[in-house]
Amino acid sequence: MHDDNEYKIEAKSDNVSDVGTFESVTTSDVDYLPPKEIPDQDLYHSHSWWTTYVFSQDAKYIGIQYAFTAIGTGLLGLILSWLMRMQIAFPGLGLLEPAAYYQFVTMHGMIMVVYLLTALFLGGFGNLLIPLMCGSRDMAFPYVNMLSYWMFLIAVIVLLASFFVPGGPTGAGWTLYPPQAITAGTAGSNAGITLMLISLVLFVAGFTMGGLNYIVTTLQYRTQGMTLMRLPLTVWGIFTATVLAMFAFPALLVGCIMMTLDNVLGTSFFMPTIISMGEKLGTEGGSPILFQHLFWFFGHPEVYIVALPAFGIVSDLISIHSRKTIFGYRMMVWAIVGIGALSFFVWAHHMYVSGMSPWFGYFFATTTLIIAVPTAIKVYNWILTLWKGNIQLTLPMLFALAFVVTFVNGGLTGIFLGNVTVDVPLSDTYFVVAHFHMVMGIAPILVIFGAIYHWFPLITGRMLDEGMGRIHFWVTFIGSYLIYFPMHYQGFVGVPRRYFEIYDSPYMSVSGLSLNAFITVAALIVGATQLLFLYNLIFSARAGKKAEKNPWKANSLEWLTPEMPPGHGNFGKELPKVYRWAYDFGVPGAKEDYIPQTTPPSAVVGSKVEKS
Amino acid sequence: MIEKKSIFKSIFEKPWEQSQALKDNNHDGKALSITGSKLGVRYIMVVSTVIFSLLIVSYSDRMLVHDWKIMPEPWLLWVNTVILVLNSYFFHKTKIAADNINYTKIKKGLFIVGFLAYSFLIGQLIVWYLLISNDYYAASNPANAYFYLFTTVHGLHLLGGLIFWARITSKLLKGSYNSENLRHNIELCAIYWHFLLCVWFVLFGLMLFT
Repeated sequence: MHDDNEYKIEAKSDNVSDVGTFESVTTSDVDYLPPKEIPDQDLYHSHSWWTTYVFSQDAKYIGIQYAFTAIGTGLLGLILSWLMRMQIAFPGLGLLEPAAYYQFVTMHGMIMVVYLLTALFLGGFGNLLIPLMCGSRDMAFPYVNMLSYWMFLIAVIVLLASFFVPGGPTGAGWTLYPPQAITAGTAGSNAGITLMLISLVLFVAGFTMGGLNYIVTTLQYRTQGMTLMRLPLTVWGIFTATVLAMFAFPALLVGCIMMTLDNVLGTSFFMPTIISMGEKLGTEGGSPILFQHLFWFFGHPEVYIVALPAFGIVSDLISIHSRKTIFGYRMMVWAIVGIGALSFFVWAHHMYVSGMSPWFGYFFATTTLIIAVPTAIKVYNWILTLWKGNIQLTLPMLFALAFVVTFVNGGLTGIFLGNVTVDVPLSDTYFVVAHFHMVMGIAPILVIFGAIYHWFPLITGRMLDEGMGRIHFWVTFIGSYLIYFPMHYQGFVGVPRRYFEIYDSPYMSVSGLSLNAFITVAALIVGATQLLFLYNLIFSARAGKKAEKNPWKANSLEWLTPEMPPGHGNFGKELPKVYRWAYDFGVPGAKEDYIPQTTPPSAVVGSKVEKS
Repeated sequence: MIEKKSIFKSIFEKPWEQSQALKDNNHDGKALSITGSKLGVRYIMVVSTVIFSLLIVSYSDRMLVHDWKIMPEPWLLWVNTVILVLNSYFFHKTKIAADNINYTKIKKGLFIVGFLAYSFLIGQLIVWYLLISNDYYAASNPANAYFYLFTTVHGLHLLGGLIFWARITSKLLKGSYNSENLRHNIELCAIYWHFLLCVWFVLFGLMLFT
């Protein structure tokens, strides 16, 4: 696995030391660094169009490939949600068959959680930002990185293929609980579920290869002077999420493999004795609860695999756009690490109604409430960063602020649901749907939008259109509250989730009915606004306003490349040297309100850092 | 290489302080004093350990159910175990040869290693064949199912290792290697092989005693 390409990066540019507005100063004592002991990283150089853009080994391109694939799949998830909402609000139209409804629910959930959010945060932003922010030329193992993307693409294709097999995709719900997932009567219980499981196994395999790169690059391939505690929080978030994935995804893998065998070979890992349609099936003794434990041992850390990169990115966005040092950097790092560790001890709070011992449930209720502590620390730190900051209401900042509000919202309902006694009556109602869409759907998506508006100039050299962006922001932000706030109320009055039509059931009050129609209309409008965003992406990439270098006046290394967008090898002839952390905003005595990480101490002689 | 602070200690640094900044400026950008490839192998071993541990946990949960019928272990499994032990032993010898930069010995060692690894895999397939011809199907009992699952996952891990073995061997034959890289890669492969031997001991022991 060692790279042994003979040639090193060629010289691309020689103005590396020219950083923003700071004059380069002749080397003085304060700037002295010992000569580098480690040779430069070997780099793969592509020679044809195919190896540059398609089978690319450059992490930046791989990141963009990941992002395109994930967003494309996510669009399908969005369309599926439209169809589901139409069915729920207007069952009289007879738009969907019951089986199709469940299939769409399942695919919507799986696509959004795994194939959109996970792939976009880690595969997309991880690949784009880790090498750039760490100051390395590329990922540690570029070839493995390329394989990781192609594995992901195959996983997506297998997933989509399940729409075209006899019986269609699986309709078992995104949790895929056996025995129902593989028993006749559930949509797609043969080919559909098998393809879904294979797709997940491929995803995990591809993802493990990606994770290998994120971890090794972050730990071992940083540039000189870049200690772990000088890294932007974005990298900390993505790095810790990858560590979580390293422990969590194997559980999904094991569960998927065993269920595939149950389905294809007729083993009884998870399948109990079943009488199906009057006939006894050949299985006996298997434990469906075991699958639930495996699934949620993956499933809960998965929530944080998505949330931690979002936390990291949002910390950077808030700090940069309020021109202020992040409040409590160390505490932010500890909170990320702490949340990561705790996330492995809360999984069974998804299983309160599975018949587990109440004492077991109380243990998990306690751990769940404990995890709220580091999470709350993060929220306080974001707010304290904003306090007395020079807040710029740019688009990334708007999305970051919207994230904080939405995350607090979804987090508070999480405290409700984390308690066994409150969860049991609310379980399987729309309250749960509202909770996880707020905390795990809308909140991370808002960060993704913020991050795209923030780093779009880095990728294309152009700014996204401000007007379209503002429409996109306000409709998405207000619209998602119009969608999910009423669902909390519906949950309280007892409207169950997963019912494909409930218009004349006694559960449903008149207000509940009209709310359903209202939610659907809001969902259609919010969904359509995302198309405006996509148009903005395409339009601005071609004809957007040219971005100046480092348009947001940020400190971190990704903006300090000799050319923007960064070229092959990222940093030109010489890797940058890092003299400070990424949060030197508004340092007293400095000429500008920001000091990039590569600025040597001699260039900012008058500045003072306050003692802590 | 320089002695490194543990990652857990380094998160208590205050990067904004002058005294810390002076230390940090000299930092070489590595968190651990090992190569990236070695860290990569460790990462893979951690992921594999998690996979096998979860399989073992589910095994111990499932074996308590009344329908569990203990499966006999064919004598051939002992032969395969011996082959795997020899495999690790010869990889260790090859590693020593690589440390001494003795190319004839390295070549010989790698061939023996490959031969033994493939023999082990073929031996496992013969065990499967023996079991199937005696009507021990995966579907007939969970104990059988776990046996096939364990041997498959372990075998796939070995096949994965053989990909890297093949890369090293072909480079050696073509002569397109750099001796330091070659030594390091052989060392990493050897570590992985020893790891798979340990995994096999655990799995085989588990099936033997339950």
